[in-house]
Amino acid sequence: MKPLPHNLPSPHVRGVGPRGFPLRLQATEVRINPVEFNPDFVARMIPKVEWAALLEAADTLHLVEVPKGPIEGYEHDEKFLRQMHHVLLEVDVLEGTLQCPESGRLFPISRGIPNMLLSDEETET
Amino acid sequence: YGRNSRMIDVQTKMAGRALELLCLPEGQPCYLLDIGCGSGLSGDYLSDEGHYWVGIDISPAMLDAALDRDTEGDLLLGDMGQGIPFKPGSFDGCISISAIQWLCNANKKSDIPAKRLYCFFSSLYSVLVRGARAVLQLYPENSEQLELITTQATKAGFTGGVVVDFPNSAKAKKFYLCLFSGPSTFLPKALNESNDEEETRESEFTSERIPYRMARRGLVRK
Repeated sequence: MKPLPHNLPSPHVRGVGPRGFPLRLQATEVRINPVEFNPDFVARMIPKVEWAALLEAADTLHLVEVPKGPIEGYEHDEKFLRQMHHVLLEVDVLEGTLQCPESGRLFPISRGIPNMLLSDEETET
Repeated sequence: YGRNSRMIDVQTKMAGRALELLCLPEGQPCYLLDIGCGSGLSGDYLSDEGHYWVGIDISPAMLDAALDRDTEGDLLLGDMGQGIPFKPGSFDGCISISAIQWLCNANKKSDIPAKRLYCFFSSLYSVLVRGARAVLQLYPENSEQLELITTQATKAGFTGGVVVDFPNSAKAKKFYLCLFSGPSTFLPKALNESNDEEETRESEFTSERIPYRMARRGLVRK
């Protein structure tokens, strides 16, 4: 599971507000996969990035050279886009967890796949 | 399932048609959702077209098969009837091949299909970028089931309709639920036997063709 989707999940769990919270990522096994760089795609993803969550994940994963936030003119800044490309698309969490910061509920990640299945109690409205 | 070559061909063709109906801007790699991605057959097609995607499936075995096939998308083990677990405005589009009719089954006594359908459609509406589309190929058991599905999609805020390709062929007939999360636009033309494989021409309207728009009149918002 790459940080790009992680940056986005917010499960519909009872008790958590409708907007949800970015889940906290913990990893015990990480793999780096080279992915072809597409500056247009990366540039379009930048406005969607939840920076606090991304920086926390980058810290947890011990990633270096991660931009702290969008910079002026990022759409044309190749260095910035390449750094973002790396952290969003080339880092794959194979084993770990996603944790809801409000309830503490853990979603395990195994073989790169997060298990987001909710129990019956969690889906009750 | 994934090894039968004819099955693979049909799934891939449907993925291609769904992507076509999605009407994404040309030459632009997009971030897409694949609901019921299974072993990644449809996802592979998305990757081949240059898109990035996230696949959700409820079957660990199918997802394991996807891993073995080295699909490029990100995979999630989840139940679409529990909602799509992403932030609002995450995806540029969504496809689904042969999956959403399963929401009409009550697997547990506590499952209420209408509720699961609504939960699915309302969360799908939210995770799509404004104006984005979802194209969901499905096998409805009957017209009541199709109506149940379209009603919940409408309640969730979607406009759109059902495109029925090859309506006269028992074997080739395919249903695509085309949903728009922005203002209503035209419904794409369905295919029929007289169409060329490569290009779509003006198709004749016959009494057998049933593309129908979803009416919002008379619906009380939940």
